[in-house]
Amino acid sequence: MVSIGCAISEPGSTRKNKTGSWRTFKPILDKDACVDCNNCLMFCPEGCVNKDHDIDYDYCKGCGICKEECPVQAIKMEIE
Amino acid sequence: MEFPEEELLAPGHRGCAGCGVAIAVRLALKALGKNTVVACATGCLDVMTSPYPETAWEVPWIHVAFENAGAVASGVERALKTQGKEDVNVVAFGGDGGTADIGIQSLSGAMERGHNITYICYDNEAYMNTGIQRSGATPYGASTTTSPVGNLSFGEDKPKKNMAFIMAAHGIPYVATASISYPEDFMKKVKKAAETKGPAYIHLHQPCTTGWGFKPEHTIKLGRLAVETGAWGLFEIKNGEFRVTYRPQERKPVVEYLSAQKRFRHLKEEQINEIQEFVDNQCEELGI
Amino acid sequence: MAKEIMTTNRAVAEAVKLAKPQVVPVYPITPQTTISEYLAQFVADGDLDAEYIRVESEHSAISATLGASEAGVRVFTATSSQGLMLMHEILFAAAGMRAPIVMADANRAISAPLNIWNDQQDSIAQRDAGWIQLYVENAQEGFDTILQAYRIAEHEEVMLPVMVCLDGFILTHTVEPVDLLEQAEVDSFLEPYVPKFAYLDPERPMSLGNFADPTYYTEARHNMQVAMDKSMEVIKEVGAEFGERFGREYGLTESYLCDDAEIILVCMGSMASTVRYVVDQLREKGEKVGLLKIRSYRPFPFEEIDEIVKNADKLAVLDKNFSFGIGGALFADLKAKCHKETYGFILGLGGRDVIPEYIEEAVELTKNPVKEVTWLGLKEDE
Repeated sequence: MVSIGCAISEPGSTRKNKTGSWRTFKPILDKDACVDCNNCLMFCPEGCVNKDHDIDYDYCKGCGICKEECPVQAIKMEIE
Repeated sequence: MEFPEEELLAPGHRGCAGCGVAIAVRLALKALGKNTVVACATGCLDVMTSPYPETAWEVPWIHVAFENAGAVASGVERALKTQGKEDVNVVAFGGDGGTADIGIQSLSGAMERGHNITYICYDNEAYMNTGIQRSGATPYGASTTTSPVGNLSFGEDKPKKNMAFIMAAHGIPYVATASISYPEDFMKKVKKAAETKGPAYIHLHQPCTTGWGFKPEHTIKLGRLAVETGAWGLFEIKNGEFRVTYRPQERKPVVEYLSAQKRFRHLKEEQINEIQEFVDNQCEELGI
Repeated sequence: MAKEIMTTNRAVAEAVKLAKPQVVPVYPITPQTTISEYLAQFVADGDLDAEYIRVESEHSAISATLGASEAGVRVFTATSSQGLMLMHEILFAAAGMRAPIVMADANRAISAPLNIWNDQQDSIAQRDAGWIQLYVENAQEGFDTILQAYRIAEHEEVMLPVMVCLDGFILTHTVEPVDLLEQAEVDSFLEPYVPKFAYLDPERPMSLGNFADPTYYTEARHNMQVAMDKSMEVIKEVGAEFGERFGREYGLTESYLCDDAEIILVCMGSMASTVRYVVDQLREKGEKVGLLKIRSYRPFPFEEIDEIVKNADKLAVLDKNFSFGIGGALFADLKAKCHKETYGFILGLGGRDVIPEYIEEAVELTKNPVKEVTWLGLKEDE
């Protein structure tokens, strides 16, 4: 049954859609090299890097912005 | 600057890999916080974030049509006021088409009437949702599907509409330009806009991997190049007072920005020189 | 309360004041303008505690109205003619988002040629938007219908916007005695609006106006039809309750001398008064004619109509609108939905007077038909 006016009362429910399946290249962070600049966290279009810089591969689309914006090249992209 | 951990735009949205507007909205909502209601014009943002029965929004959100985000936000703001919720941030998002073209009347009315709203235009310089057609915000020389390069054409032959100054001409208390590649500058401006009593307008430059033709990992790099070359300037106009908020130490030649994108790749030296001259003049006017 | 003399626009504004909408975005257009002026004055005088938004177009009027409604408050707007045309896209959005908006439309002709006078082309052109459309005959009905419209629109099983259609100038600018209700009476009939299906509250975030793909779109539209069907019952219930409380009863239709009529004249809006007069005149001459006034055009109460016209031989349908290539809209609907010999007559376009002679002619041409659709009073080229 479609809701009245197609209103959605479950905020953030796109989380059901695991966009990690879109990915071709996977970002791998070398935490030892990380300088905590937070660029990866700030610039991720999916918001799937947390404050400890763990990447949520359920949603990561593999765009590579985090790799590109990492000032110390601590992230590399690996083909899946 | 404080960077709250809570994500108010959920993952799982259908934006392209490397999508600039997703970054824009994440940053804006981090600056605004949960006590926010969003009105959204039709465009990439609405379509990618509201695929029924799912929504990416963690804050109340409404979309009605392409050309009326300003008016919808006006109604929302007044309705919240009558409910004693005047402290809620009412924010509208529209793309450059929804803002500078089809939605400009609705936006102008909302600004002129003095509603307590913040309007953020995410400018990716063409109609990206329908497949890269030219808008009033498409820059000179860009090839789009409706201003294509051809035997008789070098692409778009008009300069970009200056929305920030058009909004400033409304005499509203806060107008700013921003770029997703300068998150601190952008988030500060969003905060100032939200704290402004009355209308505020932010024109946000937002590179688009699909529409501009660059690799998805270069979204931020392109935004930075636009600012570092002076093709896009960062400033604010607060209560009529103009201030540049970021000055590149040494402006790079605009060709570095242009050559990184497929939409400008056809340009000849003559047009690149014209664009450089235009950028130089613009920077001189802005004091960049 | 004693009767007061006023125009239908004034009566509508008085009813709106009593319904206590919280947000009223309006844009002036002839002949609706005085509604927006009266409401502005009520707000300026503190008689109506509402946010009055002086929008820059009708497009923004309905957009702001929809935004406010979705934010969870009672709303009102009014328009006419070209203004309603400019609202067209958002009318569909309002119905699709199931916003219980009440709007008055001062029925006026559509350009070109430019014309400010009455016909019903404007609202007829919006009939597929998903709005309930109620046509009123006089100022009293205008006042009463606005109050009922909120009850209908906000009914949990309806949740569709209601357009109250008033013939431009003929009603909007003509004074009549109107029996106004007291605030306490209205409050007992119409409770404050409590949003259940849509609101914009940071404590309980909802997403409204979402993107629905082929998996859901058909069902969303079908839900609207279910609500439209349900609204027939609700319009009758609300009209009956209004009658019980205040002595003036309303339904989907109103029939006059139809039981034994051979020819039934069918029409909407102020024209019904003229037709009623002609019916009386013809009855005196022994002609078996009756009047069927359609109050609810959408939903279209064809089952009720079938029942009313069951004894008649023929229907003469009077339309102040035209759907090019077929005929009047009401005529076409009756042809499609009712099983009677039916003739259509076009009259009263762009403010041309609907005179008794035209209605008598319609009766004659129904008795002795020449063609299916006739434009009455048409001046032929010499």
